[in-house]
Amino acid sequence: MESDNQQQRAHIFSRRFSLNKFLEISTTFVLRFFTYLIIVLAGYLFWDIAYKGSKVIFISEAPFINVQFLTEKPQTLHVFEPVDIDSQLKAAKADILSKSIQRKALSNSNIEEANAYTLAIKELNEEIKLLDIQRKERRLLFSDSEFRNLSETPSDDDYVYNTYAYSGGGIGPAIIGTTLLVFGSILIALTLGVLCAIYLSEYSRPGKVLQSIRLSILNLSGVPSIVFGLFGFGLFVLYLDWGVSLIAGWFTLALMALPVIITASEESMRAIPKGFREGSLALGATKWTCIRTNVLPYAMPGILTSSIMGIARVAGETAPIMFTAAFALRDRLPWEGLEQSTDFFFQGVMALPYHIYVVSSKIPQNEYTQSMQYGTAFVFLLIVGMFALSSIILRVKVRKKYDW
Amino acid sequence: MNVNFDIQEKQAQPTKPPKPVIKTKDLDFAYGDSQALFNISMDIFKKEVTAFIGPSGCGKSTLLRCFNRMNDLINSANIKKGTIRISDIDIYNKDVDVIELRKHVGMVFQKSNPFPKSIYENIAYGMRIQGVKKRSELDETVESSLRGAALWDEVKDRLNKSALGLSGGQQQRLCIARTLAVKPKIILMDEPCSALDPVATAKVEELIHKLKKNYTIVVVTHNMQQAARVSDRTAFFYLGRLVEYETTEQIFMNPKNSKTEAYVSGRFG
Ligand SMILES: Nc1ncnc2c1ncn2[C@@H]1O[C@H](COP(=O)(O)OP(=O)(O)OP(=O)(O)O)[C@@H](O)[C@H]1O
Ligand SMILES: [Mg+2]
Repeated sequence: MESDNQQQRAHIFSRRFSLNKFLEISTTFVLRFFTYLIIVLAGYLFWDIAYKGSKVIFISEAPFINVQFLTEKPQTLHVFEPVDIDSQLKAAKADILSKSIQRKALSNSNIEEANAYTLAIKELNEEIKLLDIQRKERRLLFSDSEFRNLSETPSDDDYVYNTYAYSGGGIGPAIIGTTLLVFGSILIALTLGVLCAIYLSEYSRPGKVLQSIRLSILNLSGVPSIVFGLFGFGLFVLYLDWGVSLIAGWFTLALMALPVIITASEESMRAIPKGFREGSLALGATKWTCIRTNVLPYAMPGILTSSIMGIARVAGETAPIMFTAAFALRDRLPWEGLEQSTDFFFQGVMALPYHIYVVSSKIPQNEYTQSMQYGTAFVFLLIVGMFALSSIILRVKVRKKYDW
Repeated sequence: MNVNFDIQEKQAQPTKPPKPVIKTKDLDFAYGDSQALFNISMDIFKKEVTAFIGPSGCGKSTLLRCFNRMNDLINSANIKKGTIRISDIDIYNKDVDVIELRKHVGMVFQKSNPFPKSIYENIAYGMRIQGVKKRSELDETVESSLRGAALWDEVKDRLNKSALGLSGGQQQRLCIARTLAVKPKIILMDEPCSALDPVATAKVEELIHKLKKNYTIVVVTHNMQQAARVSDRTAFFYLGRLVEYETTEQIFMNPKNSKTEAYVSGRFG
């Protein structure tokens, strides 16, 4: 009877279990899970850098932006910490150390006493936190220039004095250096890339040669950035004797961005309807006229947007500029103290990615370098983000204008 | 046929005898290894409308594109045998400048392809690439071309608006106007009305009729009525061969070949 009933309720469209459906549901779940995982990871990365970095960039008083950090050169930080708190902190830390050793010894035999130690350690930790806040309030920080201008240094009796390399001042020269590197390499890469793409997509005849050119461009995009760095070092810095210089960095970065730009430009040009070319040629245009008037103008927005993205990606690399263009520290801004105007191209600069690298791995780490690291990373992220944003805006605007 | 007309010419001149402007002789054409045209010989006459008809893939567009060497753009395309002479000049000769040829032999495409520029700039394009800069000259040609393509009254108030805002039929007439602006003698049209509605089609047909006074026109079409309405002569192609080429009246009323008859009466194709 029961089975009869069920059969009555079931109809041809009623839900049935099947292995396929199960697979379908679990596949959806797996896909969704990994997508969200990636989004969460990316979100965490941005949030972490933005949170830690914004502490450096934004300040509580007007003008609310740490102008000093954005404009000044990196300097040694001179730190004066109050002696009394310093000694209290040291004592507390030593106390914690001894207590935890004692607790370890007791943990197996006498649990009650061990618990008492745990409690004491907790209290000491609280105390350290309070002391730390006081220390941060009362400490004195001077960058190099400020320190030199002090009428009298804080006395040794009241303060403990320490210096930290690269932790004071700002990242002005690195921002300027990176901007120069990016714009120069965009110019070079765009010129070379677009010329090459025009030839490949419009003039070359399909065949073995074209295939091998395409293949080598593809391979070029797979070459690790450090290899580009070494290549640039060998060719531009040593062989052409340009030295560690802006121009060597430009060419190295441009070379690295070329595969992306060529591919993107070719694609943009191929996306131009055949009718535009035929229409123009049928009116008696030469091939170059046709390309100049009826292909490039419409392909240019696409070329620009993809190229900006490509360069932004490359500009973030440390390896290619490490040997070719970047200085760890440079006192003069690029336009200061030039004897000839051509010298501008043959000078090394500071750059944000290299600065992050230096600050995070070349000097001893401490709380002061950390703020420099994250501040730099945040600024860098903002700059690259601005590039990406501008290319997106460009794309949207242009798409509205030319809709065919 | 040539001989025929030569005789007519000698006899009398009550009706002006037509003069052949495009002379195709024994033309074999191939895309790489696959031959698309076989042994085509035909004369196209001055200030007449010649229609090419035939089932899809029979080589109408290919032959049409031979007349202004648009096939040069296709790498694999090559002429294996035969000649095409326009005004008695072999257009595939080495000393022929393709640019000059294409100015002389204009082309209108199946899919109307206005450039994403203003209406004015679309028409002026052909002159601009020839280096004409004088505004008055451009203005004049733009107006006369648009009038010639029966589009002037519809667009005279929006010359600076984008050509993409025009209707399909207007776009196609714009493309015709653009072709007229470089002052060709011959106009090739590859299915100019295939994307248009009946009203727009009628307008283009009317235009073709009007243009016949000053231009030699070759038009490819799949529409039998259209061929019958607009053309003086009709050529029927089948599988890359020219099956029958006669006056339109003859082809539609009294075709000699059975295939032609079957095709024009709609029994295959
Ligand atoms: N670019 C090309 N490369 C190779 N083969 C081609 C090319 N263009 C056309 N063909 C071939 O040549 C033959 C003739 O093509 P064509 O375009 O001239 O035909 P059609 O008569 O214009 O047809 P439709 O009425 O469909 O436009 C076809 O078999 C086609 O496949
Ligand atoms: Mg065709």
